[in-house]
Parts: sequence; C-alpha cells; structure tokens
Amino acid sequence: MIRPSNISWRFLSVWHRNLIVYRKIWKVNFLVPLLEPAFYILAFGLGFQGLVDGLAYAGQPLTYTRFMAPALIAISIMYNSFFETTYASFVRMYYQKTFDGMMTTPLSLEEIILAEIVWSATKATAAALIMTLVLGLFGFVTFPQGLLIIPLAFLGGLAFGAVGMFFTGITPSIDMFNLPIFLFITPMFLFSGTFFPVSGLPDWAQSVALIFPLYHLVELTRYCCLGLVEVNPLVSIAFLVVFGLCFLVLGLTSMRRRLIK
Amino acid sequence: MGRGQTAAAGEPILRVDNLGKRFNTLTAVDAVSFEVRARECFGLLGPNGAGKTSIIRMIYGFSPPGSGSLRVFGLDVATDWRRIRSRIGVCQQDNTLDPDLSVFQNLLVFAGYFRIPRRLAGERADELLHFFALEKKREAKVGELSGGLARRLTLARALINDPELIVLDEPTTGLDPQSRHLLWERLHALRARGKTFILTTHYMEEAAQLCDRLVIMDNGKILVEGTPDGLIEAHVGHSIIEIRGANQEELKQFLGERNVAFDEMAERLVIYSNGNTEIEQTLRTGFHPRQCTFRTATLEDVFLRLTGRELRE
Repeated sequence: MIRPSNISWRFLSVWHRNLIVYRKIWKVNFLVPLLEPAFYILAFGLGFQGLVDGLAYAGQPLTYTRFMAPALIAISIMYNSFFETTYASFVRMYYQKTFDGMMTTPLSLEEIILAEIVWSATKATAAALIMTLVLGLFGFVTFPQGLLIIPLAFLGGLAFGAVGMFFTGITPSIDMFNLPIFLFITPMFLFSGTFFPVSGLPDWAQSVALIFPLYHLVELTRYCCLGLVEVNPLVSIAFLVVFGLCFLVLGLTSMRRRLIK
Repeated sequence: MGRGQTAAAGEPILRVDNLGKRFNTLTAVDAVSFEVRARECFGLLGPNGAGKTSIIRMIYGFSPPGSGSLRVFGLDVATDWRRIRSRIGVCQQDNTLDPDLSVFQNLLVFAGYFRIPRRLAGERADELLHFFALEKKREAKVGELSGGLARRLTLARALINDPELIVLDEPTTGLDPQSRHLLWERLHALRARGKTFILTTHYMEEAAQLCDRLVIMDNGKILVEGTPDGLIEAHVGHSIIEIRGANQEELKQFLGERNVAFDEMAERLVIYSNGNTEIEQTLRTGFHPRQCTFRTATLEDVFLRLTGRELRE
C-alpha cells in the first residue's frame, strides 16, 4: 500500500536531479519542440492545402492548419511526459539503479516516483511552451490566453506521466512498452480530434473519444489557441484531474509492488 | 525500553532481534539476532544466498522486516526509517552511482537528497574527493571510472551525510589488490574517527583484517558469532596440515583413533592438528614433504568447515 505520510517536499530534490541532467543537453531538448511544429505545419499546410479546403469545428469554419496546430501541442505534451516516465524512468530504475541509490537516503519510494511524474510534466510544459511560441509566430495562437497552455501542459503532463509510470510498474521488460504505445498512445494520437474533428466520426466512435485523455487535452489546447471548444472546458479539466489522480495512485502502487520486496 | 529519540547510553547502535524474512517459499533470513555496538566493525559472512544482503536491506529500511524487530540507534526501522537513513551511510553491492552526472555532481546531488545545505555539501564533497584520492576525477563522467574508482566514489557518496553507522555490502568485491588495500586503509582511518561499521564480505582475509566481531551465516541462520581469532581457536584450532595425494585410508584411521578432526576433499586431506606435535611428527616422517603443507589456520578454514566445502550455485 502507498502511504501518504511518505510524501513530503523532499521529492523536489529528485526533480532537481532530473533538471540538472536535462540542462546538460538543453540545446537538444529544445531543438525538437522548436522544429517539430514547423515540420508539421509545412507538411500539412503545404501538402494538404490542395486536398482539404477547410473544415468546421464547433460550428466555425477553419483552415486545416489552424485546426491542427493546437493539437500538435497536446500531442507533444503526451509524448514528452509519457516517454519520460516509461523509457527514461525504466532506464533509471532498472539499468542505472538510480532509485536503489536514492532509497538509501531519507527519500521514500513514493517521493521518488512522484518526482519522476512531476518531472515528466515539467519537461512536457517546457516543450509545450516552446511550441506555443513557435506556433504563435506562425499566427496560430492568440495571446495572451494562449499562455494558459503552460498550466494546462503541466496538468496534461501529470496525467500522461502517471499513466506511463503505471506501465513502468507493470512492464516485464523495456521492449514491452511497445504494447501500451500501440494499443493506447497510437489510437489516441489518431482519433482524439487531432487531425480531423471527432464530430465527423460515427456516434459510437465519438463516445469512445470522450474517454481518451488526449481528446480532452486537445480540446483544451484548442480552446487556449482559438477560443473554440466542443466540450465544456471544465469537464475536460475535471476529466484530466480525475484521470491523473487515478493513475498517480496506480503508478505509485505498481512501483511499490515492483521494487519493495 | 521506550521509543527514545536517540540511542540511549549503552544502547547498541544496531539491535537485531529474531529477524526473519521470507520470499514466497524461500526463507531468506531465519530468526537472526545480533547487536552492533558503537565504534565497532561487525561482519556478516556467509556463502551466496546466506541472507546477508536481505539483512542489510532491512537495516536501511529498503525492505520491511518479515518478522522480529530491528532497531537502529534505538529507533524502529518500520516507523523511523527516515531519521535512521539520515544518520547512516550505505554502500550497496551494485553500482548505483548516477551515470548521468559527473563525479562531483554525484556527491552534490546525493547531498541534496539528505537536504544538506549546498555550501556545506560542496565542502564535504571536496573533502571526500580528497580523502578517497579522487580529486583528479572531479569532473569525470561516472561511466569512465574503473571499478576501483567507482567503488571509492560510492563509499565517498555514502559518507556525504557524515553518518554514524556505515553499512557496506561487499565493498571490495571485484577490486584489484591495490584498490582493495586502499579501501581497507580508508576504512581503518574512518574507524579511528569513531565510525561504526557493519559489512558483508566473501573475503575472509578482509573480515579478519577489519572486523572486531562477526557472524557466519548459512541458509538464513547464524551459525557462529565471535571475534576472528576466537572463532579460529574454537572451530579449527591454530594450525592445519594439508596432505595431498590419494589413498589415505591408513592415515584417516590413524587420525580417527586419535580423535583428530579432518575434512576430506577430492585429492586432499585437511587436518585440524591444532599444534598436536605427535600428529605433526608422524606426518612429517610418513609423507614426502611435497605432499604436506603445514600452515596457520585462518578464518577461511572456519568458514569452509562450518558452511561446507561443496559449491553453492
């Protein structure tokens, strides 16, 4: 069982450790979110222009690139946090035995795991911020409300970081991460209103999309960028909070079961 | 004895009472009891799988005790693990150094886990690098360190919080003789500063060198406890004769008649002669000198005598 009494602000020292490592290669870490949106916008903006005239979202006509740009930020939040608490955390836990070393200090396992998740959200936030600024230069983000993406990215990062940590707690080996990526991440990447509006899907598929955390995150990033939504933003925020909390508990429990013998 | 804040006077640094630990059907630690007093170096010896590391892990509160009790500085590990860990230093068997950080950063970041103020952490880190002759490697990556250097850094890291009790799980396994001697020398220096140690090792020479008292364990149980010399005296006597060559039926009968203990191996007879001059004389005349080795008994003889000479894994 996880013990709330085992959680204190000490977790920030583990978060700080990850920040130190991140800063060492900050140029590389910044390069991806800097260039990625440009690639997508070029590919879809130039490549799809001739195929798609535009579309209607929340009753408003939009160009395809305007519709898609906010989703790029949401996807980047998902990838950054999920990959951090799966592959990166697994390497630290299993190959580098970093957690074992930490467990000889006054840190609890709960604090270490929480720090990993909060760190993944931090990394996702940094990436989202850079992307927002780049997309802002292209004119796809309206400021200042676009800056709401910062707290939103942190919330989304926590939610996806927590799911990732849950999979790290139960995966038998690092290669098995392919499974949650194929069954969970990829379908969300495609069907969360990212590249086409969910309202164009059959009813049952629309209902399925509603339980995707990425769908809600995309809705919210679009709200920040365009001021348009199909679902009440409060519902989406509540969904992400509940989803994140559930997987935070599951992540902590699975890691405790895995590491404490 | 109440739940004191710190160890009361005379309270042992570590008190293990009837400690047990099971993993599914395997009993890793079976009703083990011992005490470690202040300024003492205490050894846990035993073959692989004897339960040494399981005990070590329970001491620093990594794995919860299955049964019995374990108190460090008079505090219960189950509830006061955080306070205990802030006062101990642990050198684990595996290399758990942080490969993403430099040598110096390893110490600084680790100090952060103890919430040691940055300035003090920096001073201590520099002192420790000096103490373990690692100054030249200050900015090196951990992955570039040799086994000996990595172990020195691990020990330096374990000392960053100026611990009262230092827990060492096989501190010199896999090191070359130079590194091992340097490490022993540093451990002696730390003992002179009043630190208390508990260590596990496979090297009997190391245990004899470093430990004031030790236990030999097998299959989760303590077989014997004592000082290195005391154990040698009590279990194998002070001298040993080894005879090589097959067909020693006559000799075995001779020893049996005189109640002299011996162990039989494939091509060798280990005789616990314990200074018995009659036996020594007989063997000296009865066998070719190249077949006989007369030597002092060591802790290794005690170990093999008690845990058996056959392979474990």
